[in-house]
Amino acid sequence: MTTTVTPLPVADVHRPPSGLAADLRAARIVCHRELLRWLKDRRRLAAGLVQPLLWLFVLGSGLSRVVNVGPGNVDFRTFLFPGVLATSVMFTAVFAGVSVVWDREFGFLREMLVAPIRRSSIMAGKCLGGAIVATSQAVVILALAGLCGVPYSPVLMLELLGVLFLASLSITAFGLLLGARVANIQSVMPVIQTVITPMMFLSGALYPTAGLPTWLALATKVNPVTYAVNPMRHVLFTHLDLTPAAAKVLDHQLTWGGWPVPFALQLVMLAALGLVAFAIAVRRFSKTD
Amino acid sequence: MDTEDRRPAAIRVENLQKRFGEVEAVCGVDFEVRAGETFGFLGPNGAGKSTTINMLCTLLRPTGGRAVVAGYDVATQRDDVRREIGLVFQDMTLDTYLSAAQNLRFHGQLYGVPAARLETRMQQVLELVGLWDRRDKDVSTFSGGMKRRLEIARGLLHSPRVLFLDEPTVGLDPQTRASIWEYLNELRHQEDLTIFLTTHYMDEAENCDRIAIMDAGRIVALDTPQALKAAIGTDRIRLETDDGAAAAAAINRNFGLEATSAGGALVLQVPDGERFVPKLLADLGVPVRSVSVTRPTLDDVFMTYTGRTIRDAEAAPGSEIPAMFRGRR
Ligand SMILES: Nc1ncnc2c1ncn2[C@@H]1O[C@H](COP(=O)(O)OP(=O)(O)O)[C@@H](O)[C@H]1O
Ligand SMILES: [Mg+2]
Repeated sequence: MTTTVTPLPVADVHRPPSGLAADLRAARIVCHRELLRWLKDRRRLAAGLVQPLLWLFVLGSGLSRVVNVGPGNVDFRTFLFPGVLATSVMFTAVFAGVSVVWDREFGFLREMLVAPIRRSSIMAGKCLGGAIVATSQAVVILALAGLCGVPYSPVLMLELLGVLFLASLSITAFGLLLGARVANIQSVMPVIQTVITPMMFLSGALYPTAGLPTWLALATKVNPVTYAVNPMRHVLFTHLDLTPAAAKVLDHQLTWGGWPVPFALQLVMLAALGLVAFAIAVRRFSKTD
Repeated sequence: MDTEDRRPAAIRVENLQKRFGEVEAVCGVDFEVRAGETFGFLGPNGAGKSTTINMLCTLLRPTGGRAVVAGYDVATQRDDVRREIGLVFQDMTLDTYLSAAQNLRFHGQLYGVPAARLETRMQQVLELVGLWDRRDKDVSTFSGGMKRRLEIARGLLHSPRVLFLDEPTVGLDPQTRASIWEYLNELRHQEDLTIFLTTHYMDEAENCDRIAIMDAGRIVALDTPQALKAAIGTDRIRLETDDGAAAAAAINRNFGLEATSAGGALVLQVPDGERFVPKLLADLGVPVRSVSVTRPTLDDVFMTYTGRTIRDAEAAPGSEIPAMFRGRR
């Protein structure tokens, strides 16, 4: 028996382009999903904003009457401002990265992993999405700058945004790496509490790093988060009219064995740490049994 | 498909193996799936069905053997394979935070469906599974059956040549299962598609053009459901008479058959039951109260090749998938 064979509908077989353009396109699609999810998740939006407000206006206002931040009469809230920005970005970005654990547990990770795209572009998309989310939430805090004695100087704001975005990218990559190593959703919170919270405290986000005991100073220097917090503080305090004495305490120069680490190198460190975390995370997700 | 298809095989598998440490999940299987065919893997939990599918769709690396899907080698031409296949996994893989349309759009874009075609294609596949009206609803509001249908639609969105479905109806109630099959059958007519599916439901395997029965990592039988049933043989005739002993003697004398008595009735096995019954009634000589003919089922086929029913195989210790490999539905 002979039958005519229906040819495959050739027009239907798509050949997505490959190469860098395709990788970027895939990253953009994954990033878009991160943003859709964020905009839908009201609770996450609210939580991301309530925390910094508590820091600045409850803790900050409460302590500003008893804490004297170095010489020069700087408001404690002003001192706290860059630290709170960094903390907010840090938790938002880490959660954005760690959300890959949810993707895995609820199955959506498979949908992405089996698509004809490179896994690094999936991970890049997640980092980009996390960075945009974290930076956007930080913008709301930036809007409150005036209430904390921080001037609305356009240059300052742009510089802060730049550092915030770079920090968010790196920290989301770090969150991804954590997510790659965490077995299930139940272990996420304990890991955040034992890894991220100490890193936040040891970064000097909440206290000046001048004149710390040696062990604490050392812990601060090996802590990757310091390289996110310190540049932010530097950007901010160079835009304030501080007395040299106050600047020395508040905008404390980071040193390696006595050598002052230049601002640009701190940013390079931040980017490099992010890239390393990203590379390890991609490797872990690219493994096939 | 009852017609010969001259296209090259959609799936060709030679001595495919997968071992997880000590566990030999798939111990060397060979088969070929023709283009346009609906091919089923039937077997109990732990038989190695998902492992086989995952190797065919490039999510697992075979530890031995070779598989070619849509003309591409699953080990060396992964991206080519991935572009040509659609997948519906055993566990749900939708983003329940997003709407049905958002899930589909994400998929279509990742697979590079041109923007100009994406919206029309989305409408096609959503209409095919009866979800077009619900396209803007969040997936979290969907029932299990609707999620499955949406996954089927998504698997078809990029016009794959081969659609893989791993236990497409597991965990669904019988009515929903039947409706999923209606959609699948519809799909076989509308799309030019090869379907490869796994199931541990006998009645579903009947819907396939050909099935492979899998047990403990091996294919123990492979053919059309009709041929498999015919090969093991015989129809069963159940007969109630006024005098069982006399009837049994008459059957032995007149037809040379051995009848066994079961629950007050006689049971005998013959190749073609429906043609045999008239002769039996004419020549028995003992009044008959009732008679019934049962065809062999795939259950009987499974029993013949594995020595147990599929339900026994399910209950056997060690056949259960460890909890960590099971997802949520
Ligand atoms: N990732 C894995 N690691 C170890 N063993 C596995 C893994 N996946 C499956 N198995 C084992 O392989 C066998 C076949 O499993 P599977 O392919 O899921 O069966 P089925 O899909 O037919 O129910 C089972 O014994 C299962 O426990
Ligand atoms: Mg399975």
